[in-house]
Amino acid sequence: MKELITSLFSTLTVQQVTLVISIINIVIVTASLILFVVFMVYFERKIMGYMHARIGPNRVGPKGIFQSLADTIKLLFKEIIIPAKADRFMFLLAPLLLLIPAIAAWAVVPMNPEFLIADINAGLLYLLALTSFGVYGVILAGWASNSKYAFLGSMRAAAQMVAYEIAMGFALVGVLMAGGSLKLGAIVAAQSGGIQNWFFIPLFPLFIVYFISGVAETNRHPFDVAEGEAEIVAGFHVEYSGAAFAIFFLAEYINMALISILTAIFFLGGWESVFSNISILENSVFSFLTQPSIFWLLIKTLFFLFVFVWLRATFPRYRYDQLMTLGWKVLIPITILWIGVECIMFVMEVGPWSSI
Amino acid sequence: MTSNNLKLNFGPQHPAAHGVMRLVMEMDGEVVVGLDPHIGLLHRGTEKLAEIKPFNHSIGYMDRMDYVSMMCCEHPYILAIEKLLDVTPPLRAQYIRVMFDEITRILNHLLWLGCHGLDIGAMALFLYCFREREDLLDCYEAVSGARMHATYYRPGGVYRDLPDSMPKYKANKYISEKKVKKLNYNRDGSLLDFIKDFTDRFPSHVDEYETLLTDNRIWKQRTVDIGIVTPERAIQLGFTGAMLRGSGIAWDLRRKQPYEVYNELDFKIPVGVNGDCYDRYLVRVEEMRQSNLIIQQCIKWLEDNPGPVMIDDNKLATPKRSSMKHDMESLIYHFKLFTEGYSVPEGNVYTAIEHPKGEFGVFLMSDGANKPYRLKIRAPSFPHLAAISEMSKGHMLADVVSIIGTLDVVFGEIDR
Repeated sequence: MKELITSLFSTLTVQQVTLVISIINIVIVTASLILFVVFMVYFERKIMGYMHARIGPNRVGPKGIFQSLADTIKLLFKEIIIPAKADRFMFLLAPLLLLIPAIAAWAVVPMNPEFLIADINAGLLYLLALTSFGVYGVILAGWASNSKYAFLGSMRAAAQMVAYEIAMGFALVGVLMAGGSLKLGAIVAAQSGGIQNWFFIPLFPLFIVYFISGVAETNRHPFDVAEGEAEIVAGFHVEYSGAAFAIFFLAEYINMALISILTAIFFLGGWESVFSNISILENSVFSFLTQPSIFWLLIKTLFFLFVFVWLRATFPRYRYDQLMTLGWKVLIPITILWIGVECIMFVMEVGPWSSI
Repeated sequence: MTSNNLKLNFGPQHPAAHGVMRLVMEMDGEVVVGLDPHIGLLHRGTEKLAEIKPFNHSIGYMDRMDYVSMMCCEHPYILAIEKLLDVTPPLRAQYIRVMFDEITRILNHLLWLGCHGLDIGAMALFLYCFREREDLLDCYEAVSGARMHATYYRPGGVYRDLPDSMPKYKANKYISEKKVKKLNYNRDGSLLDFIKDFTDRFPSHVDEYETLLTDNRIWKQRTVDIGIVTPERAIQLGFTGAMLRGSGIAWDLRRKQPYEVYNELDFKIPVGVNGDCYDRYLVRVEEMRQSNLIIQQCIKWLEDNPGPVMIDDNKLATPKRSSMKHDMESLIYHFKLFTEGYSVPEGNVYTAIEHPKGEFGVFLMSDGANKPYRLKIRAPSFPHLAAISEMSKGHMLADVVSIIGTLDVVFGEIDR
């Protein structure tokens, strides 16, 4: 790609070429994210439908595949109603504050060893910073709406995100210790060489804690107390309609995908193949199955997305204070404990540290 | 230091408001410190309307009292008229009534379970419950022609005997022959065969609901020790039905003041221990299983004992269409019944049945005319709703939703 652009525009300097490539990459990632959300909404509704012993969308297009497209068009053309006593500027700023970090976080997420928008050293820290930034959008949305329901929702969201951010951060400390790097690519590289090297085995409790915190972080069922449909109707976005609501929706699904892909990268070896290092397969015609590829990453991501939907279809919702109890009294102690266990593993030179 | 409490208007348009409930809540953060239920948004003046109509015309209004357990609401009204007229319906009609009362109990509890689950967030349950409700509503449709507001019970019996065939699905543009065959698999026989098939598989469905909820940690966290009512307090508050039994008092009108043929049937009365939302959940789930057993006993009896389902008294029963063609007498009775109705002897009477929600009673005052002088309905949900403030004080907002669910209120009967 670099050669192509330099040959096309020979007058550009090296920096300008890098800039052009970055912009192209950003457009690719953003466009595929939005397309993904369209797919994901359909995927979720269909799967939930079958889990609920019903059919799900089946009217727009064959098997209803254009349903989410129709929904998008409907949402975009609806009026954005701004409540009379709302703070107009903040009210419209809030959805963007949620969406921008959600998309920006993808800058450091590698799809395969080559494709990466920004190869920065502190990728993990950048991710932590941006995922926690989203809560400002939620709080602002609840506050600017000037509604008691929205206000309660944003208060809940704030408390919840603080609690689960810590558990998530500690879980990532464990990954960082095992991977030996803040770069996501390096963390995947540390898991290469077969399924037995993936981090979910030595870091199993952290893997579970990370995913649970991720579900809580994205405000998904059973941790959706900030939305709490039966209690506070829709929580922080109760006053939003039309495109503004669509942005909240978009951000939620992009965050879901982010958590899923990160879980795959941190604990399931990212683009590493499930079958890598199995010599029988490597020497047969199926050797392509053992090669690392973006498809493995996508399959793992889809699996976690399925779990998101599965949880939503099955579980009752937590109460707000029980959610906090789970975060502070269960998840955080587990992560701290396991970091201690990791230190012992480091000294004993087992697991990811056996080669040191 | 002072703190300002938050006043929150909950409903009437709220996903957990179960119709048109409005609560004005005073909240300290998430904790409810005061709660004031507002009623009357569904007031239709049924009791007053009944005073200007012949007795039979009000049966259909009774269906609309508690619109999720329709036939059970007709029942005490019919019983009151029968008591004043001093007539006893044929035994077969009594068995049919009991069977449909229990079908209605399952209908009501399924809707309650689904909505209670949905309120607490267990979405799947709602659709599973409605899948089973669909079959029961088909039974309603088969006997009365209406899926919900049946008007099936009549003074002196029931509107007509159980049909020998079930309505079947037909293939169309959207449903193929093959699918229709699958949908009709249990509809080849009579209604009784259809209900029998339902009762055979219903226990496994209840097991399915229980696997989703009973031992679910989140469900238990959300319901155990929420909205506790002590046995003494439950009596003082006028609780009946599952609300009272959840607190540990085995009070059931089917046993304490048997009506129809409940004397001859074998069933158990489940009671709770702690009087919290979880116990009431367990009581209601067990009631569904017991109702299923009662229905099975009724089916057995009804299969063995054919006979009339209406008393042979043309003052109350509609004459046969065929006899009206040549019999002057029948035509006169028909005309009288559908214009003037029938007159009921003077007197006051109170009848109550064990409605799925509690004691549903009708106080009927007759001055000897063809319509009631006064009709008063004792709706079980009314005292239950009145206790919501006491039950939810000190709990959190999300618990109020659990408590609304556990009360099993329907506003059709509260507002009347």
